[in-house]
Amino acid sequence: MSAKQRVALTVNGVPFEEWVDPRLLLADFLRDNLDMVGVHVGCEHGVCGACTVLMNGESIRSCITLAVQADGAEIMTIEGLAAGDQLHPIQAAFRDEQALQCGFCTPGMLLRGYEVLRDNPHPTAMEVREGISGNLCRCTGYQSIIAAIMAAGEKMAAPPELRVPQPVEVGSTAEADDQHEG
Amino acid sequence: MDATTRRKWVGQSVGRLEDPRLITGRGGYIDDIRLPRMLHAAVVHSPFPHARVGRIDAEAARSVRGVVAVVTGPESLALIGTLPPGPMGSRTPYPAICTDKVRHIGEIVAAVAATDRYIAEDAAALIEVDYEPLDAVTDIASAIAPGAPLVQEAMGSNVVYDREWTFGDVEADFAGADRVVHDHLRWRRSSAQPIETPGAIVDFNPVSQEMTIWTNEKAWPQRQFELAELFKVASNKLHLVPVPAGGSFGSKDEMFKVVAIAGMLAKVVGRPVKYLEDRVENLLNADCDGPDREYEVELAVMNDGTIRSMRVFVADDYGAYFQRGTGHHGNLFAQLQGPYRITSCGYHLRCVLTNKNQQGAFRGFGAGEANWMLERMVDLAARELSMDPVEIRRRNFIGKDEFPFKSLTGNIYDSGDYEGVLDKALELSHYAEWREKQKQLRAEGRHIGVGIASCQLRSVFSPSENWIMNDDYMEKMKTGPSSSPESITLSVDVLGRLTATLYSYAFWGNSPETVVAQMVADEFDIKPDEVSVVYASPMGAMPGVGPGGSRLTVMLAGAVVGAAKKVREKALRVGAQMLGVGADEVEWADGAIRCIADHFRIKTLAEVSRTVRLHTHSLSTPPPGAPDREGFESGLEASFTYDHPYNRLPKPDRSDLGVFYPIMAHTCHIAVVEVDPETGGVSFLGYYAVQDSGTVVNPKSLEGMVIGGSVQGIGTALTEECVYTDDGQLLSASFQDYLLPTAMEAPPEIKVAFHETPSPFTAYGVKGGGESGRMAAPAVVPAAIEDALSPWGVRVREIPATPMRIRALIDAASGGPA
Repeated sequence: MSAKQRVALTVNGVPFEEWVDPRLLLADFLRDNLDMVGVHVGCEHGVCGACTVLMNGESIRSCITLAVQADGAEIMTIEGLAAGDQLHPIQAAFRDEQALQCGFCTPGMLLRGYEVLRDNPHPTAMEVREGISGNLCRCTGYQSIIAAIMAAGEKMAAPPELRVPQPVEVGSTAEADDQHEG
Repeated sequence: MDATTRRKWVGQSVGRLEDPRLITGRGGYIDDIRLPRMLHAAVVHSPFPHARVGRIDAEAARSVRGVVAVVTGPESLALIGTLPPGPMGSRTPYPAICTDKVRHIGEIVAAVAATDRYIAEDAAALIEVDYEPLDAVTDIASAIAPGAPLVQEAMGSNVVYDREWTFGDVEADFAGADRVVHDHLRWRRSSAQPIETPGAIVDFNPVSQEMTIWTNEKAWPQRQFELAELFKVASNKLHLVPVPAGGSFGSKDEMFKVVAIAGMLAKVVGRPVKYLEDRVENLLNADCDGPDREYEVELAVMNDGTIRSMRVFVADDYGAYFQRGTGHHGNLFAQLQGPYRITSCGYHLRCVLTNKNQQGAFRGFGAGEANWMLERMVDLAARELSMDPVEIRRRNFIGKDEFPFKSLTGNIYDSGDYEGVLDKALELSHYAEWREKQKQLRAEGRHIGVGIASCQLRSVFSPSENWIMNDDYMEKMKTGPSSSPESITLSVDVLGRLTATLYSYAFWGNSPETVVAQMVADEFDIKPDEVSVVYASPMGAMPGVGPGGSRLTVMLAGAVVGAAKKVREKALRVGAQMLGVGADEVEWADGAIRCIADHFRIKTLAEVSRTVRLHTHSLSTPPPGAPDREGFESGLEASFTYDHPYNRLPKPDRSDLGVFYPIMAHTCHIAVVEVDPETGGVSFLGYYAVQDSGTVVNPKSLEGMVIGGSVQGIGTALTEECVYTDDGQLLSASFQDYLLPTAMEAPPEIKVAFHETPSPFTAYGVKGGGESGRMAAPAVVPAAIEDALSPWGVRVREIPATPMRIRALIDAASGGPA
């Protein structure tokens, strides 16, 4: 076994320092060392995208990245997307559009959607489709996910005074019902 | 208050109660659970598809620091024996870890428990196994050839099951037919591949002999006793903790192996062990591949398009074991004739063993395959008669005034309006306009095709389905139940809040909490977000089965209505006492009990609940301990077990298969595709689905199921295939080779509409819908491709219709490269 190496990094704004085996994957490091279990592992070979996190602002596959590669990096996981009870607009849109069923691909899909909107605040449906084409969802058929990312984009592009963050609210008829056309 | 007449929440697109956890990374899946002293398992897979297993040397593995236990086949056999048999009994005994030989690539020959998964995998790689390779068979023809290597020697043949059923007078119908339409069809193997793989954590305390199992597998409410027998633990000392599943599509139903591996290691080490399949393991070895069928079919047809009869011969490549996958044939008999007035059918089934992963449940469980076969044949009949595919369907539909309809096999169709669904689909898709556009574009050299499929969606599973193929079922009562109840407890707490307890592991991507909250809200005239839903362990619990066979929403609806009635009645009785009026002088209104004569005199649910929980002395009911108190219990809760709404056993000679899937949903899909004849690529210009699932509880979530299921079915039709080489290696052992549809392959938009014919047999008139899309998409896509390629006159007989296969069809038709 090779000697452990030091990894110092920031995850969701909080600094961590750990000594790890050089072969430890970033996904396992985030899940097992730092308890960020919202980082999901679906395929372990970099195809499904469930393990997507942002490293220095860019989406990466944490299942094919070594923890030591993240030394000095800023990582954002699904645990860093909401602020307390204030959902990020993209999370609210996923809820409103029912852009998930089993929820397992959802953290990766949210982070990739976040990146797509950051890089292109007014994407077309085709741009969103292409943008998330590296993330597999086995439940939804993607339609509601694309609709949610588009809806979040519109909300985030609205003037600041209209950006009213919504608390988590379930079990009541979503206001978005009427606008849902797929 | 009668929810069937006054519905406020059932039928609304209520936001899902499940979602806040899932969108914040707090799903609580199996791999998120950490226990003190928990070990991690890794397994050794056979690199051979068929081989005798000789000496296993695990000494090097055992000496790795961090390794706590290694278990091989003989030890596994001593610890737990073979796994509990499926509905077809023990004709192909099924071990968690192989003993004498391996029967397909990736079968498990040893398991390791270590302090982390990395160390467990290191150790597994050090285990040396002597194999004596045997010839493998990987297709039906070579498996049934004389002298073929036997997958299961004890069977004496690779034909594990061969039987014919006859329904109606097939001979007479064929003799009287104007013509016989014949074809052979090939449905290739695919698999469910949920993004989360199956896993389990098992803890065992050797002193107290208690075992606790956490798993994302779903079948335990009804089969917990089998785990108790497997692990030799008292059934009332075997806790099973419900854990949500990150997708299943049937594949996490009744999967014993993962639990068995974690469980046997836990018994050896006396501490918690986690075993989670990785993706490659799931592709190699998950025991839940879909069907792998070769069909020969004849339709007896009249010149006016009437389909009289059908003769089906189907050979199904079951892989190495004949276990749970038998449901793939059992349940298609629920809808053998589809939505059509076919008067007879002969059905010959041959199940064949090969050196492949075995079959198991996969969304639609064989019925979608039968839909595909029937719709492919109806299209062929239309083509040979030069009829419009819409018209031939219309001519053969069972009429909407013919329900309840007794189908050929004996199964009942409860209600329906197939022509209404078809008309709505034609309207939704602008069918006539697409036909015009198709002509124009064809003139421009573009190959546009329109396909149509009208399919049954049998729903509300009854396990008497498993009696169909098995004559000696009564002898196997334990493995083969005939009942499938579902229970619920509704409890009102001191503050008037309602909690619903479900007795099955209900969540695998569906919306059990949401639909229960909607129904409870209607029953009590409150809001869904005032309802909480929790899941009970099956130990010491009420009967339940769980999701599967598009049953859960219907079954929970019945349970909610039954339990709510009891709670309301008690609340009204107590409320009337508190108000000092007779029980017939109060009514339920706005979630409270009020005087009919004076609407200002009200007792809230909280007041009543508080009284019956904490202050029964204040009631005129005799106080606790009084001799005449009989019949009064403190508290405000009630349970109800809802049995299958309509279930009759098959006749002993199987000439009538009984009623086992009578809640018959229906759907019409229309697909518009463009095929590039150069590449063989298929893209979608339009996709439309109209579904009758009876009363819709939550339109948005059902729409999501329809769309997602359709895209899964598109994968089945176009890209997904478990590809084995002739010598038994699996080529599709990663997501780079087993191709799930991405956002780019999915249609740009699937338009969905509902047409409701409420079931006369279920609460609220709800029918099932969870398997919907995948039971029709594989039928409609080849129809559209074939239509697009009509200039070449090709016939799409095989799915997945990969670009290579489409190119081969065009080449064959145009005399091009073979």
